[in-house]
Amino acid sequence: MSVTPNVTMTFSEEQGMLLDVARGFVRDQAPIDVIRAQLETETGYDSVVWQSMVDMGWAGIALPDSVGGAGMGVGSAVPVFESLGGGLLGTPLLSTTLAGQLIWRAAGEGAASWLARLCSGEVGALALLDHADWGAANCGVSLGSDGCLSGRKCFVADAGVADMFVVVANDNGETILAIVEATALSSDALSHNVVIDLTKRSANVDFTGVVPVDILRGERVVSALRDTLLLGALLTASETTGAAALCLSGITDYLKTRKQFGKLIGSYQALKHPTVDIYVGMENARSFIYHGASVVDDDPLSEDAETACRMAKVAADDVMVFAGDRSVQFHGGFGFTWDCDSTLFIRRAQWAQQMYGGAIHHRKRLAALLLDS
Amino acid sequence: MSESKAALQAFKSEVAAWMAENVPSDPGFLLPLTFLEVGTEQQLDFLREWQHKLWQAGFLGMHWPTEYGGQGADSAYQFIVDKELGRHRAPIIFNTIGLNWVGPLLLDMGTDEEKSKYIKNILSAEEIWCQGFSEPDHGSDLGAVQTRAVKEGDEYVVNGSKIWTTLGNYADHMILLARTNTKTERKYDGLSFFLSPMKVAGVEAHPIRKVTGEYGFNQTFFTDARIPASCLMGEEGGGWTVAMKTLEYERGVTAGQASAYWGVAVQVDDMIDELAAIEQDGEPLLSDPIVRDDLVGFMMEAKALSLAARRMAIPALGTDYPMGLALSVKYRGTEYERRMKQYTASKQGAQSALYVGDDDAVSGGFWQRAYFSNFGATIGGGTTQVQANIVAEHVLGLPK
Repeated sequence: MSVTPNVTMTFSEEQGMLLDVARGFVRDQAPIDVIRAQLETETGYDSVVWQSMVDMGWAGIALPDSVGGAGMGVGSAVPVFESLGGGLLGTPLLSTTLAGQLIWRAAGEGAASWLARLCSGEVGALALLDHADWGAANCGVSLGSDGCLSGRKCFVADAGVADMFVVVANDNGETILAIVEATALSSDALSHNVVIDLTKRSANVDFTGVVPVDILRGERVVSALRDTLLLGALLTASETTGAAALCLSGITDYLKTRKQFGKLIGSYQALKHPTVDIYVGMENARSFIYHGASVVDDDPLSEDAETACRMAKVAADDVMVFAGDRSVQFHGGFGFTWDCDSTLFIRRAQWAQQMYGGAIHHRKRLAALLLDS
Repeated sequence: MSESKAALQAFKSEVAAWMAENVPSDPGFLLPLTFLEVGTEQQLDFLREWQHKLWQAGFLGMHWPTEYGGQGADSAYQFIVDKELGRHRAPIIFNTIGLNWVGPLLLDMGTDEEKSKYIKNILSAEEIWCQGFSEPDHGSDLGAVQTRAVKEGDEYVVNGSKIWTTLGNYADHMILLARTNTKTERKYDGLSFFLSPMKVAGVEAHPIRKVTGEYGFNQTFFTDARIPASCLMGEEGGGWTVAMKTLEYERGVTAGQASAYWGVAVQVDDMIDELAAIEQDGEPLLSDPIVRDDLVGFMMEAKALSLAARRMAIPALGTDYPMGLALSVKYRGTEYERRMKQYTASKQGAQSALYVGDDDAVSGGFWQRAYFSNFGATIGGGTTQVQANIVAEHVLGLPK
């Protein structure tokens, strides 16, 4: 299979407006001091900001209008997440969006009531991982004959604020999705992770003894799960690309104002050229996420869409790790301090690169996809 | 003007049929990989005839005005022709400095007289053009050009030396950047731009041999060479602006080129096809996890470049750094190709050490030669390092 022919990139006027609105929202509602004020709070975000996002319809941005969503196609989530990343605005939108995708792709309008709740602003969380391996089957939670779940999930993003969980579970060898109400969890079910990115929250969740309020099963579950993981990679990449762009502008601002040895430090090629490489990497990631946005839809994802999602994640991870790392270094002594925003970027980089699989995870799969078929 | 898909599809079939009939077969001697390597009369005659044929068929400079030998068509048509040339592994279209730099420059900034005089002969390959910008002591630092042009009556007398003059020994004309005033406050303001004849007394081009073992470059010496004053393009002292515009065409920052097919195009798929046939440790090279990972990296770079080209057409996705994608094309593209060719040349086991001329060389030593030849792209037209400065200063706004 050849990689280059599909360079589809469509960008409607509607999506352009969405990008403008989302950027403006982040700029006005979530300047960096608002973000910093939430770093050490329990939820990590301002509920007023979250409610404004819900009011704008973003909780259902990727869902069709038949279930209460925005009806703009799943790709329209890309400009929204890119914009949120561009302000390091941590909210449960990623979890809620992907919970919606998993339910929608597995059960369609049969699960309309769950989807309507997500679109109205209830927080959904995906309970995927049994351990640290994004590539494993992750069905360690099982459904017993008594109708109760047993087992725990790790690194469940936004578990602390979730209203409902979608739990990937095993029912006698069949992969099922168990919907669990947060109210059904025991009081000690959550043990919060100490997350490297201070704008993000996650927890390990013990589902033992919980009776799911609904079970989604059937032939669509496995492909829904696969596609949700790919969309998770694409949307994380979108958020990361926005963060890389913000990090880049922080670096260039500093290079344009900081003087050493009587010269602006931006005039030194040792700083200038790596900064150009951050720029180029950021633009690459941006091309990949918008290509991804143009080739994903509500159908099971095509090989081209899979390629696009995986490449987007690799490109975004690589540039963010490099940008965050160089941001600390290029700010010198100040860069090493808590007060410099570089700390937020380097922490975001380390968080983002594992989410929905790191670069090696995706490169290994790209090799199989592109070299073996 | 946007062309209907059906019309373009029909045109593509027409071109493909023409190519199947008319693309010349292997002439039995080595053809240059790019326009930078035309080194023998035999190559020159062959390429001149081929370009003339393509133009006569109406497939060159298709989007240039009919009055100057073009077809007055949408550039989408030329894009299709260029693609088909690559697909048919056609010999290169070699009069590149004329076709891609001088032609669009004249259409953009030239007088009617200059357009009538030069453009058609560029397309037909009757006249070959070279470029006199770089000097032995001033490569990347173009503003410091020292070659002198002194006006005497209705002539300029030129003295000095230019280097890396591709096609210089065959060219009829040179775009010449020379100093007409040594006393200006800014060095740039003393420069003038000439459409200068090469076949006059006092102009000598001496071929230079390259890393590839081939020729194509020259050092051009001017010794009291007298050129008509009418060769001046624009105003005396206004040469820098014209030169910078030329570089935009040269670097592909501005569109309007007559044909993108100035070199043998190598795609990432060619690399993979080549490496798929190679064994290492008794197993297919493509089963090695490290090689596989490397190839994913190259495929991603190739895809990113294609996507960037596509994205340039969507202004709403380029508002943060306007012109950023265009200004970084050369920086990214030429370096990617260099690494890709080097990689392929180095993954052929013992045959990696063979070069063009050895019967056992993989694909006749194509990759080894292509790797060396690629330095023409990473150095010519402003080195990679200068390109990085351009992106840093003009896109990111960093200080000089």
